[in-house]
Amino acid sequence: MKHLLDTHDLSIDDIVNILDVADRMAEVNRRQVPKVPALKGKTIATVFFEDSTRTRLSFETAARRLSADVLTFLASSSSVNKGESLRDTIETLSAMGVQAFVVRHKSSGVPLQLSQWTDASVINAGDGWHQHPTQGLLDAYTITREFGTPTSLAGRTVAIVGDIKHSRVARSNIDLFTRLGARVVLVAPPSLLPSHVETWPVDVRSTMDDVIDNVDVVYLLRMQLERMQSASIPNLAEYTRLYALTPERAAVLQDHALLMHPGPMNRGVEITVDPADVAGSRILQQVTNGVSIRMAVLFTLLGGDSVSSLTAGGEA
Amino acid sequence: MTTTAVDILGADDVSRAITRISHEIVERNPALDSVVIVGMQTGGTWIAKRLCESVNKIVEGANVPLGAIDISLYRDDYSLRPVVLSAPTDIPVDLTGRTVVLVDDVLFTGRTVRAALEALNDYGRPRAVQLAVMVDRGHRELPIRPDYVGKNIPTHFSDEVAVGPNGVTVSAVAT
Repeated sequence: MKHLLDTHDLSIDDIVNILDVADRMAEVNRRQVPKVPALKGKTIATVFFEDSTRTRLSFETAARRLSADVLTFLASSSSVNKGESLRDTIETLSAMGVQAFVVRHKSSGVPLQLSQWTDASVINAGDGWHQHPTQGLLDAYTITREFGTPTSLAGRTVAIVGDIKHSRVARSNIDLFTRLGARVVLVAPPSLLPSHVETWPVDVRSTMDDVIDNVDVVYLLRMQLERMQSASIPNLAEYTRLYALTPERAAVLQDHALLMHPGPMNRGVEITVDPADVAGSRILQQVTNGVSIRMAVLFTLLGGDSVSSLTAGGEA
Repeated sequence: MTTTAVDILGADDVSRAITRISHEIVERNPALDSVVIVGMQTGGTWIAKRLCESVNKIVEGANVPLGAIDISLYRDDYSLRPVVLSAPTDIPVDLTGRTVVLVDDVLFTGRTVRAALEALNDYGRPRAVQLAVMVDRGHRELPIRPDYVGKNIPTHFSDEVAVGPNGVTVSAVAT
């Protein structure tokens, strides 16, 4: 595996393998000294053309815990403002000796395009409405580990609630969850569902109350407040009434049900209950797991150049 | 190309070696309660387990803990071999101030042991680290020597050495 651009590129074996490697990384992260020399000498550049503090810091933490060097490129403070093209930016960084680019961009397909301009590995850290593969992997990791079924989500129902249409997180999660065997239910007003949703391998419900008492996972998406301007929903109060996780709805969750959110949360919009009061909340665990998953992805892409012909016989 | 396999040790020899090494561990470590036996994943773990059981049988009331360490994240030769993470690390006690008996099946170039020494330090600062191996086959590339050896076996660099509870086999690949 050279790049991580889209969850659809991963086979089930790839997915299970990354989750398995993440278990090892989680063990590293629990140590007194959470750092191993696995990627010593590698340079990883985080290239963010769209603001995202938590994803960038998660990747940078992951890279440092594997002893890689990290370059941070923020478009907001770079020569992009002087008119430098995407291609020149990536070729310049490549020339400095970067082995992997972690890319976030508001336009779908930018990481794929960049992967054609560099010999380095490219990891999609979110592109437009398209994909956010490491978020999907960390969410699949969180759920499989919580339920103690490391290779499957068979028999589980996950409700993904909110703005599905504009959500790359939803697209990555739907693909991974369904291929691991889960049933996915989308809960959203019709205006926030993608066109052709009927061709997706999911069920659709129009209010939270239809699903809240019979799902294994409630996955809330961030209600992007800027959507208000495009008139996708009449007003936030209406959205909150029908789709938010309220204390009343939290009270009817099944005992084992998990509450998840990719962050950052809009308290009072998609969630009006304090997650600290919901026993099944794994929102902070998702953040912790995110570092382990990103370590696993970096290690899988960069850890082995796999020239096995040089190995000698027996134990070294 | 032909392969010839020679059995060097049988199951009884392996058992005797484990018993002998466990006595040596007891003799060299009067403060047995500070000892922890750590097997290297995956070849050294079964030997470590049997050493640990044997030591705890020799000394009445002894309760030497058993651990396991995976060094795949510490190797210096990623570019030379495919990445295979073996079974996980499990260190049950803080190693600071302890005497660690590190256990592997075969001592060869010494690079695995080097990586293990680095890995152990991330779990605390041991007072001392001793090395026990079932087979020392030579060809060291680093200044590392074992404290306890089951059997010294001269080999060619390209030989394959297989160690298990049922014995030790050296396979020579002749062209």
